[in-house]
Amino acid sequence: MLHTVNKSPTERNTLESCLKHLKKGCAVLLIEDGVYGALKGTVSTKLVEQALKHHPIYALYPDLEARGMQDRVIDGIKLVDYSGFVDLAVEYPSVQSWL
Amino acid sequence: MTEVTGGIEMEEDTSGKIKKFLYINRKAPYGTIYALESLEVVLIAAAFDQDVSLAFLDDGVYQIIKGQHTRTIDVKNFSPTYRALEGYDIEKLYVEKESMEVRGLKEEDFIVPVKVISTQEMADLMESQDVVLSF
Repeated sequence: MLHTVNKSPTERNTLESCLKHLKKGCAVLLIEDGVYGALKGTVSTKLVEQALKHHPIYALYPDLEARGMQDRVIDGIKLVDYSGFVDLAVEYPSVQSWL
Repeated sequence: MTEVTGGIEMEEDTSGKIKKFLYINRKAPYGTIYALESLEVVLIAAAFDQDVSLAFLDDGVYQIIKGQHTRTIDVKNFSPTYRALEGYDIEKLYVEKESMEVRGLKEEDFIVPVKVISTQEMADLMESQDVVLSF
């Protein structure tokens, strides 16, 4: 399953809850304000780095760039554009959009 | 009645008490409309010659980050507008230190000059206002 998170980890607990519910083979895509969860040096960095050991984590580059965060991404998080987003949605059998 | 006021009766004497207005910004830009709406209201209020301050705390600190490029998400990049506030005599911009630090940000990451203050100082700032508008 592909999980998408679109809320900032410092505004809602969506990312934290999502990461807790990941099963083997799941991936996470951070979009919109969710991309703040992809950053180094924040309160949620450790949690995300831990999840990265077991799951691929992606972030939508246009959303990072809009927010001026493109140079702060945690090593190992893969950046995708809109067509990469579509590819992921196709690749995984289902998508859960966390709200 | 005059043309410029659109028929609304205006007091000739504009020397009334200047009030202290604080705009509180707690939301990240683009994901919701709050940041842009706050900025619009600040710019409107700027026309009324009041004592205006802006506070950025929690995710609001993300509003004034340098290097925002919004072409690929097809929305207006309104971050340069914060630099124009100076031209409206809005020069009191405050950032809460704790909010900045938990997001791994530094004072030099901001697009405008700000005063970095503690949570306690932010509380004092809020308390000292006549009008507080929260976004």
